[in-house]
Order: sequence, then structure tokens, then C-alpha cells
Amino acid sequence: MNLLNDALLWLNDPLNWQGPKGVPHLTYEHLYISFFAVFFGALVAMPLALWLGHTGRGGGFTVAITNVSRAIPTLALLTIFAATAIGFGNRATIVALAVFAIPPLLTNTYVGIREVDPDVVEAARGMGLSGSAVLLRVELPLAVPLIAAGVRTAAVQVVATAGLAAIVGGGGLGVIINDGFGQQDRPQILAGGILVAGLALVVEGLLALVQHRVTPGRDRGRLLRRRRTDADALGDPSGDLGHRTDDEERAVTVP
Amino acid sequence: MAADEPANPWFTWQYVKDNSDDLKHALITHIELTVVSVLIAIVISFPLALLCYRYRRLSGPVLGLTGVLYTIPSIALFAFIAPFPVFGLRKRTVVFGLVLYALLVLVRNMLVGLQNVPEDVRESARGMGYGRNRLLWKVELPVALPTIMAGVRVATVSTVALVTVGVLVGEGGLGQLILRGFNNNFYRAEILTASVLTVALGLTFDLLLAGATRLMTPWSRRRT
Repeated sequence: MNLLNDALLWLNDPLNWQGPKGVPHLTYEHLYISFFAVFFGALVAMPLALWLGHTGRGGGFTVAITNVSRAIPTLALLTIFAATAIGFGNRATIVALAVFAIPPLLTNTYVGIREVDPDVVEAARGMGLSGSAVLLRVELPLAVPLIAAGVRTAAVQVVATAGLAAIVGGGGLGVIINDGFGQQDRPQILAGGILVAGLALVVEGLLALVQHRVTPGRDRGRLLRRRRTDADALGDPSGDLGHRTDDEERAVTVP
Repeated sequence: MAADEPANPWFTWQYVKDNSDDLKHALITHIELTVVSVLIAIVISFPLALLCYRYRRLSGPVLGLTGVLYTIPSIALFAFIAPFPVFGLRKRTVVFGLVLYALLVLVRNMLVGLQNVPEDVRESARGMGYGRNRLLWKVELPVALPTIMAGVRVATVSTVALVTVGVLVGEGGLGQLILRGFNNNFYRAEILTASVLTVALGLTFDLLLAGATRLMTPWSRRRT
């Protein structure tokens, strides 16, 4: 196919790998934006989710956040933040993407804490552990697999969405696609698509490995079993949080 | 901010009044893109889900493939298809992308809905002499309907949000106004009005579909 050939030629051209609009710099910018977006998202979502999960409050709240966030177009939020006093550019992008990282982090951490075996928590209390000790030394470690799933979901989603920032003056690999559309350069558009998709798949793969590493063997099987049935969560409009896993989240929000 | 900067409020009725034609046109395009995409996705996913249900071995590959599609960022997906002349800067490019994204949720929920039909129910229907097809249409599908409709709801709401990415190919419905506002010196009223309309459209679709589900499944109402 001619077009694909031209796209590969574009990717092979050393000129496209140099300078501020070169592939390495844009990739770095993409990852940098994504990292800080997830970081700031976690800074907001984690403490809130730990507290809600520990006290058992806010189940409806987290469901509502997830449902409403599904209806908010990423492009709208990126544009709105770019039009605030922050100004367009990477800072506005990071803030907008951090907002989108919050729902999966919040939901997974909350569910992770809630799903800790009540007997274990009871035993810890019986041993005289205080509330915060129970949270930090019992509930949090046991919730790590689901928290990792949440981080993976959020990160993949942020990396995917960061590509859109270029439309409203942001950086990252989306710039190649956006410029390509601007110049009607079809090989460049395709090349940009390959790069953005490739980066998303690589990040997904790496984080899947990390998630696998931090999930104890006993639970790996459990996660797999849930994978088959977790669409139950999608199927239950009442939003029973107990069934939600990362896959369900990913199924809903990634693109 | 400089003191002599002109006012740039986030919302004014004046904007809505002056641009009601543009808003209406963008809203209608947005609805059109959403409805067409979701309908096509339903038409494709239904036989796919039935095939996966009948032949269990198919469900792994089909769900796996749609799952990979889902990991591909929307901007990349449009970048893959728009350069080809059959697609180009047209509505069909947007619809094609949206259909692909809606497929995963729809196939998955149809399949899970069917698989979760209690074996007793199937057994008693068979005992009453139901054949394969009648079992499917009269028993399994109605029982699976709430799960299927939940999938349709999620797919529709996400599609409404995703239509805005169509700005890449110049067909983003309300997204066009969001981008125009941005390019027009950060015209806040335009950006926010179009954004709010998009969210409101998604939530309206969700409510309508929730109502439709209730009407279609009167037997499940006593749950609460």
C-alpha cells in the first residue's frame, strides 16, 4: 500500500527525529504530561478513596463520579482549561488530564479497600490496632492489586487522551497528527497515528506487567475469573461497586 | 490579567441568542452522528454476540480483538482511517471510528447477559418444548435485556462524548463549536455552552434509554 509506505518513509526520515517537533522530544513531552497528570490525579483521588473506603461511606458518590465523567468529553475539558487563566499549553493539559485520571483511581482504590475481608479487619482491631493503623497496615497492603489496576487504567487512559491536547495547543505526540491534518500531509497523519497507538499499547503492556507483579499468585486467578464476569458491573445499572474491576473501567473510558 | 482586557465571560445569553442557528445545527449533527453510530454498532454486535454465545471458542478472540481496539486512542484511530481516500474528512470517518469503540461494550454486555440467564430457566423452557430459536427470542433475550440495555446506555453516553474528537476531520458536532471558540481567541462563552450542551445531550440519552429499559422490562420493576 502506497500510503502505508509513505508513512513508514516519514518515520524513517531522520529530519522527523530532531528538534522540538521531533519524535523523541514529543514522546518525552507526552510521557511527562501523562506522568504528572496521573500523579496529581492520584494526589487528589487516593486520600479521598482511602478515607471513603475505610469509613465505608461514599459508595454512591464514587459511582456518580464515574457515571458523570463518562459523559464529559475530554476535548471539552482540555479546551476549557486551556481557556482559563492557566493558559493553553502543557500546564492546562496536565490539569485537564488529572481530572480524568481521578475516577478510575478513586473507584479502584475505594473498591480495593472495601473488598478487604471483614474478618481480617476485625482481627486487626481485636489485636488493638488503631483506625489509621488498620488502614495503613492492613487494608492498604491488601488493596494494592486493585489500586495497581486503577493506576494502570488511569495511566493508559491519560496517555491515550494526551494525544488530543495537540488540538488545543498542547504538546505531545498528538502534535504530529494535528499538524498532519493541518498540512493535509496524509503520510504524516498515519505515522502519527502509529506512534500514538504504539505508545498507548507499550504503556498498557508495561503497566499490565507491573500489575501482575504486585498481585499475589492467589489473587491472579481471582482477577482472571472476574475478568470473565466483570461486565456484570456494566450490566447492573444500580452500580453495585462490588463487581467493578479495572476492565470494566477500561471498557468505558479509554478512547 | 491586564485591566484593559475585554470581558470574556464563561456564559452569556447573548451568545446563545446570537448563535442559536449554529448551536442548533451542531446539536443536530451531534445527535445524528451518535444515533447512526450506535445503531450500526448494535446491528453488528448482535450477530457477533450470538455467534460468541453459540460457539464459546469464538468469544475469546472476538472480545480480545475488540479489547485491543479499545486501547487504541481515538486520535490515533482517526489518524489511521482518515488518510485513506474512502474515508477522508467526512462524517463516515467519524461514524466508522465510533462504531468500533461502541462494539466492545455492546458485544460484551450482550454476551454476559445471555450467559447469565439461569440454567433453571433454560431447562424449564426446554421442558416446555421450546426449540433453540424460540428459547432465544422468547426466554434468553428478554431475560438478558436489562444487561444488554445497560451496555447500550454506556455505549451511547461514551459515543456522545467521543463525537467531539471528530473535529480532527471537521465533523465533530458540538466539538466544532468548542474548537471554534478556542481558535476564536478563547471565546469562553462558546466553549462552555457547547461543552455543557454535549454533557446534557449524553445525560438526556442516558435518561431516555433508562426509561425505555423500564418500559421494556416491566417484570424487573418490583426489584426495589
